[in-house]
Amino acid sequence: MATTVAAGWETVIGLEVHAQLLTRTKMFCGCATTFGAAPNTQTCPVCQGMPGTLPVLNRRAIEFGIRTALAFGCRINAGCRFARKHYYYPDMPKNFQISQYEEPLAEDGWLEVEVPGGATRRIGIQRLHLEEDVGKLVHEGSLESAQASLVDFNRAGVPLMETVSRPEIRSPEEAAVYLKAFRAVLVSLGVCDGNMEEGSLRCDANVSLRRAGATELGTKVEIKNLNSFRNVQRALEFEVQRQAQALDAGERIVQETRLWDADSGSTKSMRSKEFAHDYRYFPEPDLVPLRLAAAVVDGIRAALPELPRARRERFVAEYGLPAYDADVLTQSRALGEYYEAAVRVHRNPKALSNWVMSELLRTLPGDDEEAIRRAPVTPARLAGLVRLIDEGAISGKIAKDVFERMARTGDDAATIVAREGLTQVADVAALVALVEQAIAANPKAIEDYRKGKTAAAKALVGQVMKASAGKANPALVNQLLQEKLSKL
Amino acid sequence: MISRQDVEHVARLSRLALSDADIEKMREQLAAILAHIDTLRALDTEQVEPTSHAVPMENVMREDEPRPSLPQEAMLANAPDRSADFFRVPRIIED
Amino acid sequence: MAEAAAHRPIHELTDAFRRGETTPTAATEGYLARIAARDADVGAYLSVTREEALAAASESDARYRAGRPRGPLDGAPITYKDLFCTRGVPTTAGSRILERFVPPYDATVVERLAAAGAVMLGKTNMDEFAMGSSTEHSGFHPTRNPWDLSRVPGGSSGGPAAAVAGGLAAGSLGTDTGGSIRQPAAFCGIVGVKPTYGRVSRYGAIAFASSLDHVGPFGLDVTDAALLLQAIAGRDPLDSTSIDAPVPDYVAGFAAGVEGLRLGVPDEYFIDGMDPEVERAVRAAVDVLRGLGASIERVSLPTTEHALATYYVIAPAEASSNLARYDGVKYGLRVPGARDLIDMASRTRGAGFGAEVKRRIMLGTYALSSGYYDAYYGKAQRVRTLVRRDFEAVFGRVDLVVAPTTPTVAFKHGEREDPLSMYLNDVFTIPASMAGLPAVSVPCGLNRIGLPIGLQLIGRTLDEPAVLRAAFAYEQATGWHRRRPPGA
Repeated sequence: MATTVAAGWETVIGLEVHAQLLTRTKMFCGCATTFGAAPNTQTCPVCQGMPGTLPVLNRRAIEFGIRTALAFGCRINAGCRFARKHYYYPDMPKNFQISQYEEPLAEDGWLEVEVPGGATRRIGIQRLHLEEDVGKLVHEGSLESAQASLVDFNRAGVPLMETVSRPEIRSPEEAAVYLKAFRAVLVSLGVCDGNMEEGSLRCDANVSLRRAGATELGTKVEIKNLNSFRNVQRALEFEVQRQAQALDAGERIVQETRLWDADSGSTKSMRSKEFAHDYRYFPEPDLVPLRLAAAVVDGIRAALPELPRARRERFVAEYGLPAYDADVLTQSRALGEYYEAAVRVHRNPKALSNWVMSELLRTLPGDDEEAIRRAPVTPARLAGLVRLIDEGAISGKIAKDVFERMARTGDDAATIVAREGLTQVADVAALVALVEQAIAANPKAIEDYRKGKTAAAKALVGQVMKASAGKANPALVNQLLQEKLSKL
Repeated sequence: MISRQDVEHVARLSRLALSDADIEKMREQLAAILAHIDTLRALDTEQVEPTSHAVPMENVMREDEPRPSLPQEAMLANAPDRSADFFRVPRIIED
Repeated sequence: MAEAAAHRPIHELTDAFRRGETTPTAATEGYLARIAARDADVGAYLSVTREEALAAASESDARYRAGRPRGPLDGAPITYKDLFCTRGVPTTAGSRILERFVPPYDATVVERLAAAGAVMLGKTNMDEFAMGSSTEHSGFHPTRNPWDLSRVPGGSSGGPAAAVAGGLAAGSLGTDTGGSIRQPAAFCGIVGVKPTYGRVSRYGAIAFASSLDHVGPFGLDVTDAALLLQAIAGRDPLDSTSIDAPVPDYVAGFAAGVEGLRLGVPDEYFIDGMDPEVERAVRAAVDVLRGLGASIERVSLPTTEHALATYYVIAPAEASSNLARYDGVKYGLRVPGARDLIDMASRTRGAGFGAEVKRRIMLGTYALSSGYYDAYYGKAQRVRTLVRRDFEAVFGRVDLVVAPTTPTVAFKHGEREDPLSMYLNDVFTIPASMAGLPAVSVPCGLNRIGLPIGLQLIGRTLDEPAVLRAAFAYEQATGWHRRRPPGA
């Protein structure tokens, strides 16, 4: 679908994405980062900003930042440092946020996305930096009407990675595609769980319009609270329309921050008497600068996993999978690894892809690393099941039952098949008897067959299968039946 | 010269409620101190790197190993106002 | 009995414990009795932790009885400037805004001294948030100089200095940001050490200006100061700026004396308007050191005259940031009846901070605000480099710089109303703070009305051994450290 913007205007969008890093502990203290704990149970004097406390940097947060920056082809700054960003808000314990300003971790990268229509585009990434998250506010009523608000500092100090795209996104739909591709990279790198509902991934957008063909940027509006792919697209579509109408009516766009309200499907100006921000950045004196040795960066680069896009292309080329299958299998790094482990054991890529996409994912709570790692049916066992099908030992239909039992018991396919007597009957003598019984019991079908209704033979195959309780090898049954019928 | 408006602006940025009398007195005192500070302008520092730490150090990090958080009650004990397990603050939106 | 322990250096007192002549409990009781009898005049204490002190002394008694004291500080009755966080004991930083704050954690230095067996008598007074040079700017009450109760003890660590000078504690810890240990040590006729920046952990010491805050000891003589420093120095994983270098045995180094040490006397530390008696005493002290075998030469630290202006940008800027957290949300004061959050925070800060703190917050915020950063904070950081270079150049030629600690002796309460004239009191202490260099103030005489004068020795980064060794040699040669306030 093309952009919805009114004729004559070009849409210019930049996205700022905040991703919570999957570290075990917070950015500057040893408190756990687990989501959903009781209020104010994952805090300590450091992350609650108590007097005299000091931050100490989490090494893994830096590694995750570098890993991501390398995946986006960014330049890692050899020297980087943290800075204090000041503004008052009750969810921010120190009333400054430790962030990065003049010397961010990395700059100048890109993310390749498949834009509507199938072509690919590179969206520039301006900078990537690390900072600490703030706590959470619960309002007694709505923000506007609340007489009081409640603060939970559990989230305060959780590592956040902010990645700012260049204003090179040209439509709301493209913004959603960018965000999806972005999320896939982070999840595959294992640096973020990508859960937008829980706020692990949060997106703000800057959007402006300019006359088609113009080179100068128009006045931009920042939109906050875009907490799903769908909301990113809807909010931007709304905002683009709003700006186009205003500009068409000869109005000026006010540079402001607007909040997306998914219920009303509109953006609203965040009215505040608070004067323009003056963040008063200065180098954080409680932390020392980082000097990232080339060897450290190279080590992280060498350990970089294959990225979703490259892996998808390889799956198509190497396994002959349809693009759709490759897409699903590369949504998470763990899922792709599961799939490849199974293919290594039994090389039937398409059948295994079908089994992974349908049966495996149906039985798992998600496609994240944890869920895949805990899957009761291991790659080797799934491969064993498909091998039994391919060898003709069991039918596809029986195989689904076997899979259910594997998922329940954790046993392998061969054990279940043997224990439950589910092997296909491939004993010719036994099958001939069943075929003869079927012919004898269905004179009407034989009559039809003789009259040229070949479909009647299929009904007979079904009878034999039924009589064998599904264990007969259907191909063999068909062959034996054809032999009998031809002799009639 | 620092103006009364400057002082009011900085007081808002600093979240300091100052009386009218305070503001004028503050303006005079800041002006005197700033005049002394302005003597630094005489120094040529064009080619001089800034010092943010007297003793230069780099790359101080800790491992990503959890340490126990403090009990909820210990962390809430100092709260000037609380509601169950939360810190409570007055309405955020101004009238 | 109560007087027996008072004014005895810690090393003599704990020797007496070891010999069984007295006990930690007897010494502690003696100090508690003196505090009860005399602190109403001096006003050194903000809180006395009688029960905790007696419990700790009793445990120390048991260790001596068992013949296993923990070292030369076991059972030493000491006090902390009230900005060191003490678990379960109110910690105010001398401010009404923290009046009800009870930290759930100990400062690293408190933990270390407790582990060495020291007994905490209580928490001592200070200029609010360490901003001041007279302890008149405490949010609670002023502290008086035991040598002359009409005079100030210096500041900001006036309480801990007056406590040691007045026989109300055997030793103490303070902090020095622009002279707040050395200046009160000089005014109170005791020894005060500001170690190298990062030599002692700042964790749990309520911050004034992070890049300038130094933790250090007060003692009746150089040996006590060295023993206290020995116990608190060394890398702390909770303070990223703490230096990872072994801590030498300071007292063991005393034996080497000053024979062969090269001492530099800077022209810029003998200025118009300084008290001629101070100059005479310091020049006499230089002669004593020459007589002990040190070589003396004139040196120049040309940026000295700019250090004060530099300091009054950097320290307030960092303070404005560090003090942003006191907003009535999490701990401490909250003014009731606020209309909304901004009103609550502004009125809480307006009521909870004293005039000097507000002045510095305003100054610091201004210096960091949009459009002024380069002219003020940026400029000051560059001049700071020049101050460092001055010292580097001088330390190419000499081992120590010898200078007065202050331009005058202790002044009278209320004598310095004008902020700038108060600030000028710190001209000789600020440069070593800016450069993070180790420095000691050691008593070098009394003026004609019996007020103490301090000699300052400044050394190279981490060269506390030379600083302390020279101070020890000087004190042994002169005996000024044995002089006590009249009537004490």
